[in-house]
Amino acid sequence: MATTSSDSRVVLITGVSRYLGGRLAALLAADTGIERVIGVDVVPPRQDVGRTEFVRADIRNPIIAKVIASAQVDTVVHMSVIATPFGAGGRTAMKEINVIGTMQLLAACQKAPSLRKLVVKSTTAVYGSSSRDPALFTEGMEPKAQFRSGYGKDSTEVEGYVRGLGRRRPDVDISLLRFANFIGPRIDTPLTRYFSLPVVPRVFGFDPRTQFIHEDDGIEVLRQSVVGNHRGTFNVAGDGVLLLSQAIRRAGRVAVQIPSPAVSIVGSIVRRAGVVDFSPEQMQFLQFGRGVDSTRLKQDFGYVPQYTTLAAFDDFVAGRRLTRYVDPERVAMLEQLVLAGVDRGRTVNA
Amino acid sequence: MPEARVIPLDGRDEPRATRGRRPQRCSELADDGARCRRSVVAEGLCDEHLTQLQQAQAEAEMPDWERKVAGALAFLRRRVTGEYPVDDFGFDPDLTEHVLLAGVRPLYEKYFRVETRGLDNIPDVGGALVVANHSGTVPIDALMTQLAIYDHHPAKRHLRMLGADLVFRSPLIAPLARKSGSTLACNEDAERLMSSGELAGVWPEGFKGIGKPFSERYKLQRFGRGGFVSAALRSGVPIIPCSIVGAEEIYPIIGNVKILARLLGFPYVPVTPTFPLLGPLGLVPLPSKWIIEFGEPIHTDQMGPAAADDPMLVFNLTDQVREVIQQSLYKLLLQRRSVFF
Repeated sequence: MATTSSDSRVVLITGVSRYLGGRLAALLAADTGIERVIGVDVVPPRQDVGRTEFVRADIRNPIIAKVIASAQVDTVVHMSVIATPFGAGGRTAMKEINVIGTMQLLAACQKAPSLRKLVVKSTTAVYGSSSRDPALFTEGMEPKAQFRSGYGKDSTEVEGYVRGLGRRRPDVDISLLRFANFIGPRIDTPLTRYFSLPVVPRVFGFDPRTQFIHEDDGIEVLRQSVVGNHRGTFNVAGDGVLLLSQAIRRAGRVAVQIPSPAVSIVGSIVRRAGVVDFSPEQMQFLQFGRGVDSTRLKQDFGYVPQYTTLAAFDDFVAGRRLTRYVDPERVAMLEQLVLAGVDRGRTVNA
Repeated sequence: MPEARVIPLDGRDEPRATRGRRPQRCSELADDGARCRRSVVAEGLCDEHLTQLQQAQAEAEMPDWERKVAGALAFLRRRVTGEYPVDDFGFDPDLTEHVLLAGVRPLYEKYFRVETRGLDNIPDVGGALVVANHSGTVPIDALMTQLAIYDHHPAKRHLRMLGADLVFRSPLIAPLARKSGSTLACNEDAERLMSSGELAGVWPEGFKGIGKPFSERYKLQRFGRGGFVSAALRSGVPIIPCSIVGAEEIYPIIGNVKILARLLGFPYVPVTPTFPLLGPLGLVPLPSKWIIEFGEPIHTDQMGPAAADDPMLVFNLTDQVREVIQQSLYKLLLQRRSVFF
């Protein structure tokens, strides 16, 4: 990778052992313009992260402050806000990691005179999901319904603390990136697992709009925020929307519609089976969906995602080699067969 | 020096037998205008262009009904495989044009015999806001207006309606509303639609208009808070007043079961002469004769977007639109011979 005119010399990445964190670390480690890349997580990374130095630490622990101070870290990339209680061991632990972890990390950041830049991976879940939502959220809009718990609430709180740091350390450039649902051939999220189910449950009578960001685009936005100067809050999503029904059809899956009172029961069974996470928040999303406006990303940040929502989803389907139970080729063949039958009928009659 | 052999990158299913000697190239042009680089299968054409030619020939000699069957089959295939475009609001033109509008067309043409006037007041391109009176217990008037513009306006425009929050909360109705081009009646969506050059439609009386008793027919209710006027001012698009006559008589409301409405969370539970007396039969609307008239556009582009923050101007403009629609309703009622003919 070519040298970039980056003003970041020492980069610290939290959540480096997770898929996106690891990929970003590997990418930054390959950049000769960056002196050191330090990855922090509670477990060692499984994927190859290049010359990244791994520090086993929990960001809930004040030890993180020592790491930042001793290495003279000037850029912190906070990517360890987790979306599901699944891997964390319950909702309480998830909230601890997300909220307390962020508080501890930001407290350390505030005390670090070397710090110049903070990049935070947030989510469009902060806009919530309700029937009163505008078609597309812009960065200045607030959620229309109150959160009770979950990823959206945690992320809203995280963003609050980040803004607090912004007020107390105006010299630090903060990029707050709100990502739509990640999708792609390699990434593993509750949604990719959802679309991989042979029979996909949907909420009866609703067909939400969904939006995706391809993993490659997401990584590139994160990388550019580290090496460039992109202060501000940005929605990061592929262009366009995909209806849930349409997505299920494009994946060749079979959808089953479940009435909303029964959804929580089915959801808890599926959750217990350990396949997919169906939190109440996810249920809301499956009813009302969400769309965000990424004009600011394209104009101010200067990045146009390579994949539209549709292309990202298709790449996920193709890359995972999902068995398309409803095979488009067979459907086309059936169409030709019926047409040929009609045609033959006509010639016989004539 | 031997001549360099061109290896077609896209000709993977090329038969092995043609290897070694130079395959004949297709005589058609590729999509980019250059010569097609695939090898010939038959009749001097490659497999793809040959199928295209055969399809075109077959279509040319197809009788009308068969073309319809083929169209329907192609539509079904697109639906099953999910190959159709949807815009940011969830509008699905493929479904709307082929199914939803086709479904209400008999109602428009045969049942209510809708007569549409003043369609030349709607611009062919660019954003505009149609503002209409609301009535009829069930918002059939919105569907009829949408179809009137799609079927009879020369530009075949889609009316993008702004609906109440209840619509998007109700199962089954919510996805249908989005797919047919509606979105939530909020300033953000209205402005986004109109500034992207769409034709938006709004019924500012809302539930007050649609659920009013029969005795108050054709009396316009309060026009909300004038949010539609400020949205039009901000986007600088013309407001087109629209008067709908005939919708008031389809389900005359003679009573309202308020307790039930409160229990169910509906704005009203209507009692009409036939409903709930005749059960499901009471759901059949009365066959009134309809007139939809689009009035002269009220231009807002000279006032500038700052005018949207002047409440007095917004109120006055709201009143003006309301007054125009009310006058036009009275005029149409005088012209109408009877409710049903």
